[in-house]
Amino acid sequence: MRYSIWSVLKQGLRSNRDWKPAWRDPEPKASYDAIIVGGGGHGLATAYYLASEHGMTNIAVIEKGWIGGGNVGRNTTIIRSNYLLPGNEAFYELSLKLWEGLEQSINYNAMVSQRGIINLFHSDAQRDAAVRRGNSMIMHGADATLLDEHDLRQICPFLDFENARFPIKGGLMQKRGGSVRHDAVAWGYARAADLLGVDIIQNCEVTGFIMESGKCVGVDTSRGKIRAKKTGVAVAGSTSRVMGKAGMRLPIESHVLQAFVSEGLKPIIPGVVTYGAGHFYISQSDKGGLVFGGDIDGYNSYAQRGNLPVVEDVCEGGMAVMPMIGKARLLRMWGGIMDMSMDGSPFIDKTDIPGLYLNAGWCYGGFKATPGSGWCFAHLLATDQSHDVAKAYRIDRFQSGAALDEKGAGAQPNLH
Amino acid sequence: MIIQHPLLGARDAAEFTYLGDAAMLMRPDPANASHPDKLMTAFHDYVHLRDNPAGIHKELWFHEQGDRSWLVVTRNVSTHEIISVELASDVKKASKRKSK
Ligand SMILES: Cc1cc2nc3c(=O)[nH]c(=O)nc-3n(C[C@H](O)[C@H](O)[C@H](O)COP(=O)(O)OP(=O)(O)OC[C@H]3O[C@@H](n4cnc5c(N)ncnc54)[C@H](O)[C@@H]3O)c2cc1C
Repeated sequence: MRYSIWSVLKQGLRSNRDWKPAWRDPEPKASYDAIIVGGGGHGLATAYYLASEHGMTNIAVIEKGWIGGGNVGRNTTIIRSNYLLPGNEAFYELSLKLWEGLEQSINYNAMVSQRGIINLFHSDAQRDAAVRRGNSMIMHGADATLLDEHDLRQICPFLDFENARFPIKGGLMQKRGGSVRHDAVAWGYARAADLLGVDIIQNCEVTGFIMESGKCVGVDTSRGKIRAKKTGVAVAGSTSRVMGKAGMRLPIESHVLQAFVSEGLKPIIPGVVTYGAGHFYISQSDKGGLVFGGDIDGYNSYAQRGNLPVVEDVCEGGMAVMPMIGKARLLRMWGGIMDMSMDGSPFIDKTDIPGLYLNAGWCYGGFKATPGSGWCFAHLLATDQSHDVAKAYRIDRFQSGAALDEKGAGAQPNLH
Repeated sequence: MIIQHPLLGARDAAEFTYLGDAAMLMRPDPANASHPDKLMTAFHDYVHLRDNPAGIHKELWFHEQGDRSWLVVTRNVSTHEIISVELASDVKKASKRKSK
């Protein structure tokens, strides 16, 4: 059923009796043309674009839990394309363009809200860096606006401009950035892919790969063997575990990142604001909760919950930039496990094993990448060629010296 | 997390800086490489590739806000339980003894 104002009215008049589940719950078939392992945002988007852009409909998404239970439903929902390096910016800009048309193409209200993102700066040097980044963005067809202190005071009068240690001097704004309702992205892609014939198989854990004469020809799962001509893995924080089953060691560490939501408040924060002198970012959800976060905890973790020192650090960042939030009460907090790569950039690439493809290394910035990642991974799976904007995302880039290190922090995942 | 420092007793993990897998104690030895390509591969592995297990992990923690010693902490990364803590210098010495 197509969702629209008419379907809502019609079902409303019939006491909402006739709504159907948004996707089927099929038994896995014995074989498919392609399998995507991982029903997070990236896996579901890949399946949708494989079906809609490449006509591959005999495919399945295999998810060990329920879709949306991973990072796609745990993130702080920020989307933006304010990257600096050529290998990254074109990719993230493609992704942002796809967000702009997403709801129409999947017929689902994902609450894509381009309310703008502002990265604050606190010194002349940071202003120069912001100008450089803004110019790089504009050269790649993205938008960027430099705000001085006066402009910023109009938009965010509540900031601590006169902070003694880190006075706020302005910000780099991307008006087309914003936030999206994260679980609606998983559900929307799942429903749209399902309508095109994709099997979404939940509660089915991939436990190994079926190898025949050096090729990957499918997966072993908790619900039996499923064969496929091509297998694409997009399991975020579980990447090393899953690819380890194919004997691969990767330039990835798994780390925990926490997120925080306050009680619902009247609208106060107009878009996304990020602190420039510490790690803190905040926005306000449509329900009114302040959604914020900061650094990763910094040690290897698969625990999906963090520790208190980082909670303190995040709250200190928040208090330094907007002291008013000290009065808000915290409602919920949780953690998600991220695939932190050695240079902070992702991988969308073939592996050395024919038939096996990898999408990983998204660190804590992969939500905004969801449509672009799905688009480019589908392109790779369907055509065996890297998409133009994802050519830099190779697994062997550390060996070849072509690392893509936005921060210039080196091979230390907890610094990216 | 509370780390049982072998010399100082129980310390809050917040006093430490985390580096990563304790395999980094075992840097490849250029003198032992049979071929430059092998050395490149060995260093690439050493610098960039990680086992990244879910479960028991030996890792390097630096007591930055304490006695500035390096520790090898054996930890269950799926539960945050700390199983044992040793001085990295002891671990390194023991491994040298073993390889002799
Ligand atoms: C707290 C937090 C805040 C974040 N904030 C932002 C943000 O503001 N902006 C942004 O751009 N990004 C953000 N991110 C990052 C972003 O959420 C992730 O990079 C992105 O969601 C990862 O891709 P995914 O959606 O496919 O992952 P997931 O949703 O984690 O999907 C992976 C799926 O694979 C499944 N899986 C694992 N192992 C197996 C197996 N063996 N067999 C079958 N299935 C398996 C998992 O169950 C999971 O559902 C944040 C992350 C966290 C944790």
